[in-house]
Amino acid sequence: MKLDAKIPGGPLAEKWDNHRFASKLVSPANRRKYEIIVVGSGLAGASAAATLAEQGYRIKNFCLQDTPRRSHSIAAQGGINAAKNYRNDGDSIFRLFHDTIKGGDFRAREANVYRLAQISNRIIDQAVAQGVPFARDYGGGLANRSFGGAQVSRTFYARGQTGQQLLLGAYGALMRQVKMGKVEVFPRREMLELVTIGGEARGIVTRNLLTGELENHAAHAVVLATGGYGNVYCLSTNAMSSNVSAIWRAHKKGAGFANPSFVQIHPTCIPVHGEHQSKLTLMSESLRNDGRVWVPKTPGDKRPPNQIPEAERDYYLERKYPAFANLVPRDVASRNAKEQCDLGKGVTETGLAVYLDFAAAIERDGAEAIRKKYGNLFEMYERITGRDPMREPMTIYPAVHYTMGGLWVDYDLMTTLPGLYALGEANFSDHGANRLGASALMQGLADGYFILPATIGNYLAGTSSEPVDPGREEFKQAERAAAERTARLLTIKGKRTVDDFHRELGRIMWDHCGIARNCEGLEKAQTLIPALREEFWHNLVVPGRGPDLNQSLERAGRVADFLEFAELIVEDALAREESCGCHLREECRTEEHEARRDDEHFSHVAVWEHRQNERPRLNLEHLSFEQVAPGRRSYK
Amino acid sequence: MKINLTLKIRRQSSPDEKGQFRTYPSGPISTDISFLEMLDILNERLTREGEEPVAFDHDCREGICGTCGAVVNGIPHGPAKKTTLCQLHMRHFREGDTLVIEPFRARAFKLEKDLVVDRSAFDRIIREGGYVSVNTGSAPEANTIPVPQNIAEQAMNGAECIGCGACVAACPNASAMLFVGAKISQLALLPQGGPERSRRALAMVRKMDELGFGNCGNERECEAACPKGISIRNIARMNREFLRAAICSDEE
Repeated sequence: MKLDAKIPGGPLAEKWDNHRFASKLVSPANRRKYEIIVVGSGLAGASAAATLAEQGYRIKNFCLQDTPRRSHSIAAQGGINAAKNYRNDGDSIFRLFHDTIKGGDFRAREANVYRLAQISNRIIDQAVAQGVPFARDYGGGLANRSFGGAQVSRTFYARGQTGQQLLLGAYGALMRQVKMGKVEVFPRREMLELVTIGGEARGIVTRNLLTGELENHAAHAVVLATGGYGNVYCLSTNAMSSNVSAIWRAHKKGAGFANPSFVQIHPTCIPVHGEHQSKLTLMSESLRNDGRVWVPKTPGDKRPPNQIPEAERDYYLERKYPAFANLVPRDVASRNAKEQCDLGKGVTETGLAVYLDFAAAIERDGAEAIRKKYGNLFEMYERITGRDPMREPMTIYPAVHYTMGGLWVDYDLMTTLPGLYALGEANFSDHGANRLGASALMQGLADGYFILPATIGNYLAGTSSEPVDPGREEFKQAERAAAERTARLLTIKGKRTVDDFHRELGRIMWDHCGIARNCEGLEKAQTLIPALREEFWHNLVVPGRGPDLNQSLERAGRVADFLEFAELIVEDALAREESCGCHLREECRTEEHEARRDDEHFSHVAVWEHRQNERPRLNLEHLSFEQVAPGRRSYK
Repeated sequence: MKINLTLKIRRQSSPDEKGQFRTYPSGPISTDISFLEMLDILNERLTREGEEPVAFDHDCREGICGTCGAVVNGIPHGPAKKTTLCQLHMRHFREGDTLVIEPFRARAFKLEKDLVVDRSAFDRIIREGGYVSVNTGSAPEANTIPVPQNIAEQAMNGAECIGCGACVAACPNASAMLFVGAKISQLALLPQGGPERSRRALAMVRKMDELGFGNCGNERECEAACPKGISIRNIARMNREFLRAAICSDEE
């Protein structure tokens, strides 16, 4: 596998400009001859589909949901970063770039991240022009807040629904192009296969989720904007339908998969309450601004929190990290919560939760002030748990949230498969080993509105505009493969349900490849996953028929892919014998039990190549840092 | 705590078949789980017993995507105020309760299967102008046009709509005016939506009528059922926008 990131020459700040000038253009008159498939309609997919259509290309857009407006981008709460420096507090493009590289623990490309910071400002301009109702100051200008421990206020927001508002903006732009006849939207379609002709991406096979029909769609390029794969852990903050299938199918057809083990675990989620839980709900990180995290000092202390005296509580983050205390970064907070629970100090019936206590803040600022600040979050918490955080401490626990890994892409966002692009969370992205808060929306929209529309010409200009025939043998072959897989799932007629298998896979991944990983556990997972996969294909029961709306069948296909993909995550986690960002190898820690990064051996992107009936091959893209010297993170 | 419920669920295997209610005992259900998790448990059991599970739409399960929804004992999204079905927890019900569960019904929402309906009519309305016509790259600097804070807040009140369709299901006339009013209001309030204000109001209202949605009869059922608490002020604003455009503008 050849990995050429195609980073343009010149000084960092001029690379993107140079590249845009050097990039090939397709003449406006010829663009309508090119057809582009965009899979996914979240921030990246909708913004790319709309913008490419505005440029004159013919677009087919596919989504799982009944309408493109429901993609999981809609659930992003916090905000979107941009280097506007409206607050005059010392922010700049370089500072946003610097923070993102450092936050990613030096495992992302400098050139990409700088470009992201440059583009961030134009995203805000675009969203405002679309009528996105961002929060404003009394003077009518845009409001900002600081987010996730950033020292500048660069986050733009629309109440706690920034993702929703940005997505509806992109959805509006998409609908406008549908009205103009430039985009055709295919809702309730799931991509089951990628079709390649002569080694280049030329189409997809989809299943119509209402009728079960398989459909072939041909194009001159295929764009995957299908989101992250956090649901391989079964329980996560992702939507129920979020899955790895599209990018996994592409990987099996030749696209390299980068850093699959980089999975962000968010520290403040509502804990698991029981076996039948389907979803973990995120509580905004801002709660840690005023909440104090603690556990009982004595393991197994099951008294209600209000009966545990001050002297018998361990405010472990304040004790261990006096400088940052409750505001340590996501990965540190998550790891410490797990550590306390492993010591038997976890609270609630499950022992898998820690307290987040607002009593001190209420006493200091008054109940009214705290309610005003966090009222809507407290309501959400109470709706789910039935308990009021004004009266008793919240209980929280970390949960899988975002996946930094994804398909490897070059500077043009093209994968190792010519003609196949990956955008947003589906690519291995600009977040390195850890994503900063309010950066996911920025990246998805940068990819879709500005980067892909400027770079796709480099490929299309050298590609014949002759229509691709969906009746070709390659399509038939891919369709047969998809049909066979579906038929196989329906004919096993075993005893265990899809959800049952999914839960067990999730437990294996969480226990052995979760917040902290070690060689022994990972090797154990390497034996457990294939065994579970084996059982899946012999003992699964899928009710209903193929040619019908069959939600069990949909889930079975996704879990079948997760069962293959999980092994790659574990393989990657084993190969990376260092601790960086979200990835903590217990063997690689300092004497103080903190993460130890190994730049000498692991300053690279790990790119996996699929091989039939053989272990995947590891390819490396070396990372070098010219502008920001890799430093060690310390929060003591 | 565990409770036992009787579930009467409307089943229909395809758009053309006749629907019927089927009754299932819930079995012991923890009051800590959500309504959809209760349906998950029922479906797991049906699967093991060889019966086809109940098809229902859902996705984010945190009340923002707008995918889920069913009528529970006559109320879209069930009895809790400002709560989507996925956020409704079983502690709102008591031991022995009977829950009648039906899909959102309206002439413009074709029933697909069990509790799944086709709400693509909403997309068709938005297509007519539920946006600002601005190409990527042509936007002015974001702070060029100041927007008073209270105006931005009011626009956001409309923009919060999740497009679930509960307003239509709740309305005796199956009117979509809360949904359409929310979008028209958002864009009419903001200066960015100004240039297309008249065209938008005329086109979206026309499409809404054409798709078979009814008219507002001031019952306010939509507002009561809306999981985001969207106010019927937005319907008043829509009517005003429509009249203004129909009488004062030169748009067709």
